[in-house]
Amino acid sequence: MKADPRGVLTGTHFLDGDHACCEGALAAGARFAAGYPITPSTEVVERFASRVPKVGGTFIQMEDELAASITLQGAVWGGAKAFTVTSGPGFSLMMEHIGYAAMTETPCVFVDVQRGGPSTGLPTLPAQADMMQARWGSHGDYEIIALCPNSPQECFDLTIQAFNFSEEFRVPVMFMMDEVVGHMTEKVIIPPADQIEVVPRRHTRKAVEDYLPYGTNGDGVPEMAHAGEGYKFHVTGLTHDEHGYPNMTPATQDKLVRRLQNKIHDAIDRITLLEEECFDSEDVVVVSYGITSRVAQRAIEMARERGLKVGKLRLITCWPFPEKRIRELAATTKAFVVPELNLGQMVREVERAANGKARTFAVPHAGGSVHRPEDILKVIVEASR
Amino acid sequence: MTILDVTNPVEPFLRTDRMPHIWCPGCGIGTTVNCFARALIESKIDLQSIALVSGIGCTGRVAGYVKLDSFHTTHGRAIPFATGLKLANPKLNVIVYSGDGDLSAIGGNHLIHAARRNIDLKVICVNNLIYAMTGGQTAPTTPGHAITSTSPYGTCEPAFNLPHLVEAAGAVYVARWTTFHVKQLARSIGEAFQKKGFSFIEVISPCPTLYQRRNKLGDGLDTMKYYKEKSKVKHGAPTSEVGLTMTGEIIVGKFVDRDRPDYQSLLHAQMVESLGESYVEPSETVCSCS
Repeated sequence: MKADPRGVLTGTHFLDGDHACCEGALAAGARFAAGYPITPSTEVVERFASRVPKVGGTFIQMEDELAASITLQGAVWGGAKAFTVTSGPGFSLMMEHIGYAAMTETPCVFVDVQRGGPSTGLPTLPAQADMMQARWGSHGDYEIIALCPNSPQECFDLTIQAFNFSEEFRVPVMFMMDEVVGHMTEKVIIPPADQIEVVPRRHTRKAVEDYLPYGTNGDGVPEMAHAGEGYKFHVTGLTHDEHGYPNMTPATQDKLVRRLQNKIHDAIDRITLLEEECFDSEDVVVVSYGITSRVAQRAIEMARERGLKVGKLRLITCWPFPEKRIRELAATTKAFVVPELNLGQMVREVERAANGKARTFAVPHAGGSVHRPEDILKVIVEASR
Repeated sequence: MTILDVTNPVEPFLRTDRMPHIWCPGCGIGTTVNCFARALIESKIDLQSIALVSGIGCTGRVAGYVKLDSFHTTHGRAIPFATGLKLANPKLNVIVYSGDGDLSAIGGNHLIHAARRNIDLKVICVNNLIYAMTGGQTAPTTPGHAITSTSPYGTCEPAFNLPHLVEAAGAVYVARWTTFHVKQLARSIGEAFQKKGFSFIEVISPCPTLYQRRNKLGDGLDTMKYYKEKSKVKHGAPTSEVGLTMTGEIIVGKFVDRDRPDYQSLLHAQMVESLGESYVEPSETVCSCS
């Protein structure tokens, strides 16, 4: 279905990534956000608080991130599309509720504008060190989707994509920005509403007596009812059966947890978004994401000027990890170079997927600034030997 | 002998397919659910409009037994979940049904802020003075000197006086009963349904398995006798004077019944004042159904 034009600020704008993310959420149909102020993410909800009363929706500033991350889920079960926005310390506090959203299959979006950590770390400076936390931060086995924009334009476009994935798969989607992307200002083109594809809720049309809240369709994603519609359904974070009732047996656990994983695994090709510039048999492929991909671009150009055969793979979808493409490239390339604003997170995934077929070189950076292109170039040169 | 075909009048409100429940013999939580169901019958509220939200713990399991849209959320977070539900669909009557540990310890911050905002929620807090689900540990409500599994030599911490806390934070309706006071409790729940704003009903309830046994206070029946003998109805009692002790008097009654605008009325008024005609009511656009 097409976007509700009331939420779409069609036109050419000069926006920072945080504001563009907010416009993406509005275009996607988000009419509820709960937040707690934290640098460098707060501008997203500041703009939402200003915009949404004129569009027909609600922003509430909660008492902490624990509250924000569950208030939004209450709103989803009340019928809204909803999200929250945070950064490192707040993201840590939200982990339990990411698990709750995964377990109860509550479609929603968590925006994390990453800053340097651990702990309070570098509140105003960038990092990409929450990437593993986004995937594994809540306890238990579960799958999420994580997207990584590298420009304000993508903060707009991919926020819509994040909501669309969340609705299609009934899964919490992590929108992994970073401080630089959040605060850089660039041209952002917002298309007319009738050019924006929006995935509606998988809202059930079944009769009350036929509705099984966690009964699955062929694709493993159940249909959803909202409170107040007469279905009298039950939702729990406990292991539950198709009725949504607690059923704490190994068999029910196995069936449920595997389904939660498989509904994402089985659709990985559709979820995987990559930007790729690989020709035949590169010596080196640089794998990067977020702001680092823009620094890597410069390093790749410098390497090519030196005559090196260097390809580029930008992860737009970071989770589920696009291991199939890495595996394919590992067969034709000598080495992967993985710069990221952490001391080695996604590089482990690249190395795992390459499985010894190609060597893997990290370009670690503890955060606080972006890489210097020369530092990435140095590793490209080393890797291409 | 004639076998009469009678059903318990509260049965239509329960998920009978989930019985038997998990609560122990002598536990008071089932009694409170009975009172809740009777209040629903009395008040004739459209059941489709009701959503019940629980946290974690013995009382947290109430959500799983009532035949309503019901949400068993995370520990301490029933109130913020309920806040989101209510704001997204203001037509819902949202009940928060949870225990003392869930609402006042891990969820204590949400309790006071929801009362401050005056979110239109009806909170039923079953206070068994202990963490029961996890085996009887000290709670913020455990009276002084009580023996619990984590205070084997007696508690030394002062306990929360919950009616005083929520009144100070801004609740518009505050009452306390025990599970002995079934009629009064049902009536109070009915009254809370009529209030707009943050309503809080504390129900003192026995945990014979863990609290009464460890403190040699007898069984469920002995606790009923204690509630009967030591409870004193004092409507309008100053909440600062209703703190509980282990074996002393229990002041019960309706302590607070006042009016102040609830969150959504305040929000609406503020937006209309600031934005005038450019304000769009949330309810007009919130549903994201296809």
